[in-house]
Amino acid sequence: MTTHAAPSHATDAPLPPLASSAMPAWAAGLMRALPYAVLLLFTLPILLLYAWLTYSSFFPRVEGLWPVGAFTLENWRFLWAPESVEQLRNKPPIIPLTLNTLVFALATTAVVLLVSSMAGYALSRLHFPGRRAFLGSVLLLHSFPSVTLLIATFIVLRWLGLYDQLLGVILVKAAFELPLGIWIMKGFFDTVPWELEMAALVDGAGRITTWWRVVMPLVRPGLLALGLLAFVSGWNEFLLPFVFMPSGSQATLSQLVRALLGEGRFVDYGVLVAVGLYYVLPILVLFLVAQEQLMRIYGGGVKG
Amino acid sequence: MALVEERANAGAVAATPAATIGWWRRYATAAFFMGPALVLVAAFFVAPVIITLGMSLTDMATATGLSNWEWVGLDNYERMTRGSFTLLILGNTIFYVVVTLAINVLAGLGIALLSTNVDQRVGGVFRALWLLPRISPSVVYTLMWTWAAAAPPYGVINQLVEPFGVEGRYWINSDPWLIVFLINGFVGASFGMLIFTSAIKSIPEELFRAARVDGATAWQIAQRITLPLLRWPILFVLTYQTMSLFASYEYILLTTNGGPGLYMTEVWSLWAFHTALSSYFGNLEFGYGAALAAVLVIMGLLVSFVLLRIFRFNDLVADPRIEIT
Repeated sequence: MTTHAAPSHATDAPLPPLASSAMPAWAAGLMRALPYAVLLLFTLPILLLYAWLTYSSFFPRVEGLWPVGAFTLENWRFLWAPESVEQLRNKPPIIPLTLNTLVFALATTAVVLLVSSMAGYALSRLHFPGRRAFLGSVLLLHSFPSVTLLIATFIVLRWLGLYDQLLGVILVKAAFELPLGIWIMKGFFDTVPWELEMAALVDGAGRITTWWRVVMPLVRPGLLALGLLAFVSGWNEFLLPFVFMPSGSQATLSQLVRALLGEGRFVDYGVLVAVGLYYVLPILVLFLVAQEQLMRIYGGGVKG
Repeated sequence: MALVEERANAGAVAATPAATIGWWRRYATAAFFMGPALVLVAAFFVAPVIITLGMSLTDMATATGLSNWEWVGLDNYERMTRGSFTLLILGNTIFYVVVTLAINVLAGLGIALLSTNVDQRVGGVFRALWLLPRISPSVVYTLMWTWAAAAPPYGVINQLVEPFGVEGRYWINSDPWLIVFLINGFVGASFGMLIFTSAIKSIPEELFRAARVDGATAWQIAQRITLPLLRWPILFVLTYQTMSLFASYEYILLTTNGGPGLYMTEVWSLWAFHTALSSYFGNLEFGYGAALAAVLVIMGLLVSFVLLRIFRFNDLVADPRIEIT
């Protein structure tokens, strides 16, 4: 927010209509409908893709957009009778994969939240040498494409003995999310009035106690927003587990979908779509519930 | 700023009796809070940058193992300039970045302008829809496009173009670039869209009001007011996305994987990935791959630095309300 910009809703009076007096009424109406039509046309591919994803798992076969045959739950039998699904025969079972994905997403979120709020608090409140430099490098790293470091990260993980382990991938993922997380949390700590904290400190509470008991509850909206972002990002992650956990002992759902996807061009879309929808469902639910939050935090500058 | 500083000092003094406070004690607290972040940044940003640069001067590969490698100076970089596929891949990379960038920025701008010109709630719904590809798992998003591009009778693209006399085909094989652009175009557009939208919303309403009173049309308002005021956000999105696109390869890896012909859609970052981490030929060449990645790392660092200094990066992303120095 720039301080010099006038608030955008200075008056409640509706905007005067656009210049249209020269046009007949029907033309003016058409002009008003035009942006809607163009938007709809541009957005159509996205609508088609997601519409197809949501219904095509419930039919034996879908050709283009047209379902062939009657409604069925056959494609979902991987949930109750996985052994009967030929495509899943030599793949890890779905429930452990789901748990791995959940553990990965939750652990990443926890690490990102804890480490970001600790560093964010220090950067917002404490004086120490190198503070400005660190803030600068956080911003630098935020726009730096971390994916270019994967080859060297492989070596680091080998050295640390964390290669091919979920823990290693969690740490890498959390580290990559950290620059944004620290920046967001610092911003939230900056808005917390100092007086509350000072009262606690004067009462003899230590810094750490004050941070945890007094300040952290006040930045809950920030923790929620960052947690949401980190969870979505962790749940969706494909590349890091794919590269750093080749043996697949702790694989996540993205690996399964990728494996099914890679089985050739004439795959049975029924099962593939059901597994894909199963994987994306929690994200779609989150999206419906916390749409505003997500829009705001993605608009706040996230890697694109 | 000064006020805040005083408060911070007052607080620090209040924490312990002023007489006994040693500055080492204050730094101990800072070290506690900063420690985990410093460790993670050192292990997964600083060390990898140094290792990438160092490794690019070695012949490290599966054949040498992680211990029997040797320094080879700038051999890897020389090999890069001599390589018979270097020019092809460089050309691919530029083609990919330029076209995807154009789609991303134009679509982002278009959606931002249109969605702020319609009913607020409807505009919000459209923006939310455009965010969907970004928040969906890349494998599921790719799965949807794989279906869309599938051979008859499955793919929807074939169904849509059939009335125009286009013969049905498996689009990923027949027109791999088209699919790469569509996939990346629809994902990347939301980045610009969100930044442009918040920029448009922060333009004082009085400007639009005055323009309308003066009888300006929607197009004139966009052209004379909105677009000039979006100059900086547009430059920012252009720079930021150029760099991300040079480094990105996830969606290409998941669809064409550089194919279908030899290096047909291989881009630089995917080449580095294939060379060092996922070679068809069994021998993973870490040294050579690191040299290929080092080019991107150095570019990434330079562009990030430019973003930080010139585009006042912190003004454009969520910025802190106060700065305590």
